[in-house]
Amino acid sequence: MQDLIRRYGAGLTAIICLLVFFWLAILVVVPNITLFESSFRPYLPVTEIGGPKDVYSLDNYLKVFSGQVEVSPLGFTFLIPVHVLTFFLTIWYSVVVTFLCFLIAYPMAYYMAKVAKPSSVPTLLLLIFVPLWVSEVLRAFAWWIILAFKGPLNSLLLALGLIDAPVRWITGYDAVVIGLIYTYVLFMLFPVYNAVSSLDTNQIEAAEDLGAPWWKIHWRIVLPHAKPGVASGSVMVFMLSAGSLLVPSILGSTTSQWFTQTINQWFNDALDWNTASAYAFILLFLCTVFVALAMWAFKVKLSDIAK
Amino acid sequence: MSAGIDLENVCCDFGSFRAVDNANVSIRPGEFFSFLGPSGCGKTTILRMISGFIDPTQGAIRIGGKDMKGQRPNQRPTALIFQNLALFPLMPIWENISFGLEVRGVDKATRRAKAEELLRLVDLPGAADKMVSQLSGGQKQRVAIARALAVEPQVMLLDEPLSALDLKLRQHMRAELRAIQKRTGVTFIYITHDQGEALAMSDRVGVMSHGRIQQIADPREIYNNPVNGFVASFVGENNIFTGDVGQVADGIASFATPHGTFRARLGEQATGKGVKLFVRPEHTIISAAQPAENAIHGRVEEVSFEGNFIAVHAVTDTGMKMTAELRNDGSSDVPEVGAQVWMGFAAARAAILPDAETRG
Repeated sequence: MQDLIRRYGAGLTAIICLLVFFWLAILVVVPNITLFESSFRPYLPVTEIGGPKDVYSLDNYLKVFSGQVEVSPLGFTFLIPVHVLTFFLTIWYSVVVTFLCFLIAYPMAYYMAKVAKPSSVPTLLLLIFVPLWVSEVLRAFAWWIILAFKGPLNSLLLALGLIDAPVRWITGYDAVVIGLIYTYVLFMLFPVYNAVSSLDTNQIEAAEDLGAPWWKIHWRIVLPHAKPGVASGSVMVFMLSAGSLLVPSILGSTTSQWFTQTINQWFNDALDWNTASAYAFILLFLCTVFVALAMWAFKVKLSDIAK
Repeated sequence: MSAGIDLENVCCDFGSFRAVDNANVSIRPGEFFSFLGPSGCGKTTILRMISGFIDPTQGAIRIGGKDMKGQRPNQRPTALIFQNLALFPLMPIWENISFGLEVRGVDKATRRAKAEELLRLVDLPGAADKMVSQLSGGQKQRVAIARALAVEPQVMLLDEPLSALDLKLRQHMRAELRAIQKRTGVTFIYITHDQGEALAMSDRVGVMSHGRIQQIADPREIYNNPVNGFVASFVGENNIFTGDVGQVADGIASFATPHGTFRARLGEQATGKGVKLFVRPEHTIISAAQPAENAIHGRVEEVSFEGNFIAVHAVTDTGMKMTAELRNDGSSDVPEVGAQVWMGFAAARAAILPDAETRG
């Protein structure tokens, strides 16, 4: 603080601090606290707000358990509350997206950090960045067109003779997963790229010199070194995927439902902000718990990610 | 097991820059061979070509008589010790050492035993479970040696591995490295820019400059009988006279300089123009009386005490600076600053050499 004042003067420092405070308090903390508080109150007509029925309860949270649906994964048939099912599917497909993002980003990151000529890396980065200049909505719609039943992807594959009949891509969660990977893969790429770049190339050469085949070099030397980067990329991709509304809304099929869509339905269709808030906090809380468990399982420390 | 290495007309180009130019050398099995030269002379490139990280543009590299063309580093019987050691910081010491065995599918118990054995060999018992960051510079050095020895290489390649250590430790590790080499009998190829290191440890030294090997010989020969001015200057200090070669008899030539005409050994490659006379400071005599041969008169400018020797800097009457080194054992009188003195040198101890290095 002393340092800030000395460097920028008291006036500018005060303005900076006030702006940061406004950002954090007014735009983040207060709305969240408001929603959190309202998530414990029933959805009431305006006239009854503040009346005898307006009491705190967990009713909104318990609504996730209402409405059973029958599922039969792996031959077992059982009943599960529909919103709980949506939640688990959201988590599961977010994990799939995260894993696939890693599979795509790791070779790219390794290539850029250790194989490509340093002079060509800025060009590669630019090529990767250019699609980001297009709005997320447009990119999702672009994928919707690409993946359409009579769209370019099917035409291409048919023309190449790789498939005999058009594939229905936008079915189940397939298109959602593809769209989410496209949208969030860079959040995996950059942390992994940074982590791999910081690895001393001599270590890779030393491993090779000692006789290690390429996969062993990656498994024992590069991946362990890049683990913090992979972890921070995974947390970002997972959280962003689980919290994405746009991509599942546009690329979702009749048989897909993302938990954020359920939240959105409570907000915008049912206009029940109280239940919607409760659902939003369920998602936030359980995702955080899930990430914490995953970090514990993979022996990643919070300080590793912050690097 | 150790293998010899043959480099036959090996060249290496980086774009239009020729890093190694027509290197020919036969390194014998079990030999301690050093490549000595200033930075950028191509010695590291030679090492990386032998280990397989760089392919030669031309020429052949044979290890144990077998052509190494197309062999990746992980297929060659060499082990490289990197300048920065490149230990694996995320593995404990024993896993570092046994990494080469791990990739060969050796089971864990055998690996562990082998690591312990090697740690005893490099005088570092009990460090097996430590992490790299817990070791000192010298200890890391030993771990790097153990890690390279673990794969039982026929050739060990060392890329200035001592340059990061302090002087005392460096001198200690020199002896240590030499001892390990003798014990294991592995061929060592050592890269350094430190002439003291190369001379003290090696069976033979190859002095390099600008991608060319200037001279290959044993350390005494390199120091006492350099082939050209570059080698003479790189492996030691000299008083250098410019002049012209006169009459030659029994390998001793007369050499006319502005400071007088001297007699000195004529180097093999000293033909034609651009030759100079090189005299080592410790071969330069300084006394009040006029020496019998190659006498130059001058005045003492500065006397600096260096511990094991005393350097006397003088200026000749003709204005040339000369240095003489006297042993600090009381055997010679140290002249005072400002004293009028005679300097000289034995003809057999001075050499007339081509000034420039050998170029392509």
